[in-house]
Amino acid sequence: MEQTEPPANEAELIKKVCDGDREAFYELVRPYERLVYATAFSILKNPADTEDVAQEAVFKAFSHLKSFRGESKFSTWLIQITYNEAKMKLRKTRPHLYESLDSQHQSDEGDYWPTDFADWRPIPSEILQESEVRKALENAINSLGPIYREVLILRDLNGLSVKETMAILGISISNVKSRLHRARLQLRDSLAPGIDGLLSGGQSYRKVRTW
Amino acid sequence: MATIEISCIEVWREISNYLDDEITADLRERMEAHFNVCAHCTAIFDGLRNVVHLVGDKEVFQMPEGFEKRLYKRIRKGP
Repeated sequence: MEQTEPPANEAELIKKVCDGDREAFYELVRPYERLVYATAFSILKNPADTEDVAQEAVFKAFSHLKSFRGESKFSTWLIQITYNEAKMKLRKTRPHLYESLDSQHQSDEGDYWPTDFADWRPIPSEILQESEVRKALENAINSLGPIYREVLILRDLNGLSVKETMAILGISISNVKSRLHRARLQLRDSLAPGIDGLLSGGQSYRKVRTW
Repeated sequence: MATIEISCIEVWREISNYLDDEITADLRERMEAHFNVCAHCTAIFDGLRNVVHLVGDKEVFQMPEGFEKRLYKRIRKGP
């Protein structure tokens, strides 16, 4: 998780923007642009809609910055706006998907047990330099069920706390934890054998997997 | 006092909370004792930690080319 500590001058930047300095807003929002993009993408899974929503969400943050009271971190506030915008977009363009994400009846499935026991030693993040690995990871995230994906993106990509995630999604702490648990284990099951093979130079994996 | 043993299934159920340090000290101790003797659970934990590490890496979900430029243009455009 890369961002938990806001830049030291964040409060000062916010003040400058509120005083009419647009350039200061670019500086304020720059560290979080990718998080905004990833959050919108995790809900919309479509680059065109994602870009629209990301732009609208950031513009909304810009034009409503005076109403930001500093009760949460700026990044959390921005992610909350993005999440809401993305859901609104989904409701407009793909109502059936929105229903499945928003339904109050959505219940967490039972326990999830690991299905793969491949040994996967600690690895350097350099393997992400391999675009196939990056792609495989993104595909694995995209193939998670929506309620699991959104928790994973907020917690493990955006680096939000359990409480912040709970507040944005409007679900209980135990739901945040159990959905995160399942999301992580599913990702591990879909990635572990391939990455293990890749790292140990296991050509047998390369034969059956494209990455 | 001896550590009370726990099963693999109990370890799996709490493994994500263990990673986030969202468990009691007592459970943590029992899980660590289990990891010391169980290669399967250790492998699962290593993988889980790696997954979390990878998802948090800046290389994942890169923005498309020109995204920032278009974003600033949108902001300049106004409502």
